[in-house]
This record gives sequence, structure tokens and C-alpha cells, in this order.
Amino acid sequence: MANLKEIRTRIVSVNSTMQITSAMKMVSAAKLKRAQDAITRMRPYAEKLKDILENASASVGVEGSIYSQQREEKNVWVVVVTSNRGLCGGFNNNVIKEARRVVAQHAHAKVQILGMGKKGADFFRKTANWTEAMNPAPNAIFDRLSFEHASEIAENIIQAFAEGKVDKVVVVYNRFKNAAVQVVTAEQLLPVLPPSTAGASSSVDYIFEPAKEQIVAELIPRSLKVQLYKALLDSFASEHGARMTAMHKATDNAGELVKGLKLTYNKARQAAITGEILEIVAGAEALNG
Amino acid sequence: MQIEIITPDTTLYAGEATYVFLPGSDGSLGVMNNHAPLISSLKKGTLRVKDNAGKELNFEVNGGTVEVLNNKVVVLAE
Repeated sequence: MANLKEIRTRIVSVNSTMQITSAMKMVSAAKLKRAQDAITRMRPYAEKLKDILENASASVGVEGSIYSQQREEKNVWVVVVTSNRGLCGGFNNNVIKEARRVVAQHAHAKVQILGMGKKGADFFRKTANWTEAMNPAPNAIFDRLSFEHASEIAENIIQAFAEGKVDKVVVVYNRFKNAAVQVVTAEQLLPVLPPSTAGASSSVDYIFEPAKEQIVAELIPRSLKVQLYKALLDSFASEHGARMTAMHKATDNAGELVKGLKLTYNKARQAAITGEILEIVAGAEALNG
Repeated sequence: MQIEIITPDTTLYAGEATYVFLPGSDGSLGVMNNHAPLISSLKKGTLRVKDNAGKELNFEVNGGTVEVLNNKVVVLAE
């Protein structure tokens, strides 16, 4: 029979764990709301930019742009977007798994990892694809997630591509579908895939100032920045969604555990009392007899 | 006409306006009602919006793009 005191201690400890997990769930729910708002706020910008780019490139095409140059894949960068903190289920592992698949796919090239978020960085730091020089501060991006910060990073990537230091850039991140569902996605950032011109309202005769080609050349880097920023925002929202789900499950499990422990505790208590009564009765009987 | 000033982080302004002054990269441009469809890039400068009440609003932009179509001005600012 389990010791009564032992069970009592376990109940207390499971209860306090439950308090922590349910508090973390609440915090994540609040942060998720904020992250989702940020995505919603960015959406009109992203959509309009896509519109304009489609309209402008309808006749010019982006093929001439340096950013859509298809080169032999000698240097490939993989941007791995994970979270800074754990306790969010399979969130980070899924991204790392996908990133490793992408790395394996490009075995013919020199693959470098650009880590966004601590967890992915911690994993890839031990591999040959990691150079400290390229990742000065992998944690910093999620400490202050802003468009300026994201566009700084995108700027560096774009410049490296233009200078020929890298021939292909892939982003691996968790796309946010809803609070419970994240989709691991590998997206090609560079070279730019030609935008679909299907949605272009080509019937409108725009005045372009300066020339169309110049506008397209200016818009492509901007849309890349937006694409990266969107990946970061999506990942951030996904992280909190994943943590919310994970913590919800943990709280439920802790509840089950406490229920089971309480049952065992009460059974043990009852057995002890029964035992005591039997002893007393037996003692009394012995005196009378 | 309608004007919207959008940045990646937020919508700065959305509403009616009678006149918009933009720092176009090929020279400043003013947009009034019934302007022809236009797509232009912007350089760093001040964007001035005169709303229906005649009040003037100023926005600093670091560059961006503007689209004018059917009396709707959309500024993608940075």
C-alpha cells in the first residue's frame, strides 16, 4: 500500500504543475491574439503590393530582373524559423525535420543555415551547415519582431544574392492556419518565382512613373521583405497556437493524474481507518473475553 | 476621393480627401479628384493629405509606392 504522505506530496506537486501549465496557456492565448492581429494588419499591405507588382510586371515580366536569375546552385541558404522558447509540442521539431530534409535535398551545394529563433539555432549549431559569423544573434529577431528588423535581415539576404554569394534561398517555417493547426512550409525566397499575372487588371492603362521596369526592380526586394516578415509573423502566431494546445493538453493530463491520485489516496486512507477499527475492536474483544 | 496609407505594421490613414501631395521619385506630384490611373514610386519625404474639411495632415515616408485608380489612392509607405 502506498504511503499516505507520499501520495499527498505528489498531489500537491501535480497541482502546482497544473497551475503553471494553465497560466502558460492563458499567456499564450493572449499573445496569440496579438500575433494574429499583426498578421491581419499586414494583410492589406501585402495584398496591395502583390496587386501592383502583378500589374506592373504584366507586360515587363520579372525575368530580366537580377533577383530572378536562375544560377547553378553552389551556395544555398536555408532560413530556419523556430521559436526562442520550448514547451510548444512538436512545433520546433517539425521545422527542424523539414529543414534537414531541405538540406539533404541540396547535398550537391554548400548549404548554410540562417537561424531565426533559439531552438533551431541550438540544433544546427552542432552541424556543419552552421557558421557563427552568419548568425550573430539568432534569438534577437523574436525579442522585437518588427518590419524594420525583418527587412534588415531580408536586405542582407537580397544583397548577398545580388553579389552572387548565394544562389538560392529557402525559408522553412510554420505557416499559421488556425490556433490549432500549423503547416510546416518550405518556401523559395530567391531567385524570385515569376508572379502570376492572371489577376492583373491589364485593361487599365496606368501611367508609370518612373518606367515600369524600374518600378518592378524596386518592388521585388520590397515584396521579398514582406514575404520574410510574413513568414516570421506566421511562425510567431503558430508558436503561441502550438503552445496553447500543448499546455491545454498538459493541464488536462495533470487533472486526470490528480483525479487518479486522489482516488488512491482516499482508498489508502479508508483502508488505514478500517485497519485501526479492526485493531480496536479486536482489543476490546480480548479484554471482555 | 478615397485615400489609404498603409505600412506593413499598420494602416496609418484611411478616409476621404480632396487633395494629396506625394514625394514621387521623379518629382513631387499632386493628386486630385478624377486623376488618371497611375503607379509611381515614392522617395523619402512628406506626404500631405487635405481632407474634406480642409484640414491638412502630414505623414513622413521613407519611400514607397502609390497607386491611383478610380478615385482611390493607395499609398504603400515604409
